[in-house]
Amino acid sequence: MGVFDIYLLEALINGVLLGGVLALLSLGLNLVFGVIDVVWICYAELIMLGMYAMYFLASVYHAPLLLAAALSIAAVGVLGVLLHVLVIAPLLGAAPINQLLATGGVLFFLQSAATILFGIEFKNLGLRLPVLKVAGMFISYSRLLAFAAALIGMVLVYLFLSRTYTGAAIRAIAQDRQIMTLMGVDSRRIYVITSALGGGLAGLAACLLVLQYDVHPFVGLSFGPITFLICVLGGLGNFLGGFVAAFVFAEIISVGGLYLDLEWGYVFAFAFFIAMMFVRPQGLLARRS
Amino acid sequence: MRRGPALLGGAALIALPFVYAAPYPLHIAVLILIWSFAYTSWSVMGRFGLTSLGHGGFMGIGAYVTALAWNRGGVSPWLGIPLALGAGGLLALIVAYPCFRFRITGHYFALVTLALSGIVLQVITATRDYTGGSLGYTPERYRGGSSLYALQFSGKTTWYLIALGVWAVGIWIWHRVDRSMLRYALEAIAEDEDAAAATGVHVTAEKLKITVLSAVMTALAGSLYCQYQMFISPDTVSGIAVSLQMVFAVVVGGIYVALGPTVGAIITIPLAEVLRISFGTRAVGWDNLVYGVLLVLFIVFLPRGILGSVLALRRPRPAG
Repeated sequence: MGVFDIYLLEALINGVLLGGVLALLSLGLNLVFGVIDVVWICYAELIMLGMYAMYFLASVYHAPLLLAAALSIAAVGVLGVLLHVLVIAPLLGAAPINQLLATGGVLFFLQSAATILFGIEFKNLGLRLPVLKVAGMFISYSRLLAFAAALIGMVLVYLFLSRTYTGAAIRAIAQDRQIMTLMGVDSRRIYVITSALGGGLAGLAACLLVLQYDVHPFVGLSFGPITFLICVLGGLGNFLGGFVAAFVFAEIISVGGLYLDLEWGYVFAFAFFIAMMFVRPQGLLARRS
Repeated sequence: MRRGPALLGGAALIALPFVYAAPYPLHIAVLILIWSFAYTSWSVMGRFGLTSLGHGGFMGIGAYVTALAWNRGGVSPWLGIPLALGAGGLLALIVAYPCFRFRITGHYFALVTLALSGIVLQVITATRDYTGGSLGYTPERYRGGSSLYALQFSGKTTWYLIALGVWAVGIWIWHRVDRSMLRYALEAIAEDEDAAAATGVHVTAEKLKITVLSAVMTALAGSLYCQYQMFISPDTVSGIAVSLQMVFAVVVGGIYVALGPTVGAIITIPLAEVLRISFGTRAVGWDNLVYGVLLVLFIVFLPRGILGSVLALRRPRPAG
């Protein structure tokens, strides 16, 4: 029984660490949805490309890790802007289904582009960070690092949104997009900035995920669905709700994966999601309207 | 639909394999019919603004339950298919009820269903001891040849006629829904849920009806695909890619017209086939790359779909 408890505790701690990264993932998607009112179905594929960027910069071109990370984040940020300008902007007035589908098309495009450019082999950084051994538990440094970086990233975004003029404009647009245009905020500019920010967050998440997971063209499919569930459960566009939901889901996946395969962790998470909809249909921390 | 041309068209379609029965074109025709039925199933609910991205999940359930019942339980598809339809309908009920009851609509509904198709894919992969995981799964041949009991036929003509019949039923259901009170209720709901509820429409019940109907039809398409191809893999019958493929084909063809999904299938399936053959195995991924680009271009420039746009040109008054 003692061994069992140690494993459970280890899974719980790993869950918290995973939660940090998932929270970061959902933050980017939430931000874009809250401000632009468009869901990037291809969000996880942006992360996949970020992971490849990180892989090539760090493993193939031997750039220093921090520089590689900075470049990857910038690259995915640019991708976010491109996505907005090329695909989303022409469709802003169209039916929501068309916006969803268009980003779905981008999902196909990015997956197959990655297949063509990089092949379907699994690739990893080949970076073996030491493992921290505490009281018989094994906690990898890469997860700790990811957790810390995710928290720092989220704090930075929070400060940007709450302390700068642009941040205030972004939050204002999220509340009422008509009025803010009347008040002299250039919504197109805000949309581009938000897309860059959303892309940048995907890039940061990519840098952290590639420390722990292999990258391949379809890696997005393994954490895309969970990111969407987190956002819906948190209440799309509700940052705090997404944050809490991320940790709840991470615990379910981590502890569920302890007893069965990791895939079953996702199934539990989905079952939990359905159950939660009965309990708190408006999302975990929603302001009831 | 006017009766005369419809009957004539139907007779021509039935006669086709007896006049011209080259195996490959007939194979493509069967695929088009099966997928047309799946796309029609999606559009039955999709046209009311219920954007489900989870139909890949229902299709996967239909295919895998039928195949597993046959291989594991020795249950004939004649029982296995109803079982699969029940499973698909039940899953739809479990997921859709909380969604509708608690007014998860629009983007939220799309995302929940998107996650659903992702999860079904995960489950099929996770239960690899039974389903063969991502390597795919093959229903066992019944004593070699064709058998009505096992619903396995070696002749393509038989399959063509079966697929044609099922497709015709799909179109018939589409028309039945189109003429029913359900349609008016759902259109009212799509406009404004509160206003619809105020006029006495039971919002949750009406949405559930159409969703379960659509899911059951999609599961049937999955079963049929499984019996015809005799090989299923998570990527070809379930998952996000299949869900998006359905929505894409319907949008290409036209959501608001009965034959729109069929036109979508007639365009997208040969397109995928041509892309697959012309790029071949030497360039894996190019077909989907072109597919993705076409999808985006279509959405941006032809949001009504091809058949929808043509019909809108013929009639000055926009339909739907």
